[in-house]
Amino acid sequence: MSGEDWVFWVSGSFAVLGALGLVFSRKAVHSALWVAFTMINLAVLYIANAAPFLGMVQIIVYTGAVMMLFLFVLMVVGVDSSDSLIETLRGQRIPAIGLGLGLAVLLVVGVGNGLVNSGTVGLVEANSIDGGNVEGIARLIFTDYLIAFEATSALLITAALGAMVLAHRERWLPRATQQELSKARFLSGSHPGNLPTPGVYARHNAVDTPALLPDGSTSEESIPRPLQARGDIRAVDHHEVNEIKEVDSQ
Amino acid sequence: MNPSNVVILSAILFSIGAVGVLVRRNAIIVFMCVELMLNAANLAFVAFARMNGNLDGQVVAFFVMVVAAAEVVVGLAIIVTIFRTRRSASIDEPNLLKY
Repeated sequence: MSGEDWVFWVSGSFAVLGALGLVFSRKAVHSALWVAFTMINLAVLYIANAAPFLGMVQIIVYTGAVMMLFLFVLMVVGVDSSDSLIETLRGQRIPAIGLGLGLAVLLVVGVGNGLVNSGTVGLVEANSIDGGNVEGIARLIFTDYLIAFEATSALLITAALGAMVLAHRERWLPRATQQELSKARFLSGSHPGNLPTPGVYARHNAVDTPALLPDGSTSEESIPRPLQARGDIRAVDHHEVNEIKEVDSQ
Repeated sequence: MNPSNVVILSAILFSIGAVGVLVRRNAIIVFMCVELMLNAANLAFVAFARMNGNLDGQVVAFFVMVVAAAEVVVGLAIIVTIFRTRRSASIDEPNLLKY
């Protein structure tokens, strides 16, 4: 195998692995990281396929900007945004996977059939006209595709404005003062003060340890909500608690 | 190396993205699957450009990237707006147009 074959097989299988990770990860953050991995491998494939400019743009735009935007929105939406396992359309998953496999077979067989024995011209000649890949793309963008390129600028401005309009929230009421907030807190009837602090007792004082109530049971509301959502609650070791009780009683 | 392998790889990635769109419920993951499908199409464009000895394919892939970037910005803003009113990023929740 030549060096290029190695690049294709390694990066290609990594890209497929990342794509599968995207579909099968339970948590959205893991999915986002798998996509970033796939996109870096795709950038390597672009560069290996005589598109160095696109490879660099892929890394800067996709892994740099788009995926970080995705992670940022995941942070806003919350860590507990994992998928619900309830199927609204019952039994939809298996036909969906079957259709996906069918699509894959159709595309691979159809396209593969059409491409059998098709020769490769290569881009050496096309690149050499203008002295390089970047120069060649630049000439095309600013001559043949000029109108599309200008329309793109309008599209980007519209998208930026649209995002600002959609994400902006007008303040209809004046900002509540501290006094009003305090009154509202007491009137709501829920816990007015601080929630119990996480388990600061004897051997653990990490925030993932629930507080112990006097009867030895644990207080769920002492764990910060993001930790609860992630399922990162340290189990209380009742053996240790009993040891501490014994020490206390002596 | 034969660039038709790259086209087949892009077909596989596209199908995985399509399965993700059909199977997952979280709007953000569905959106990432759409991005994966766009990337797969880009890969096919790059491979075709190389096979035909013509830079037009790469220019089209460049335009796809620009449109995808604009789409991500607006789409994520819509997801954030829906999340604000409904406290959920599930695509099964917004069903007001159903009836």
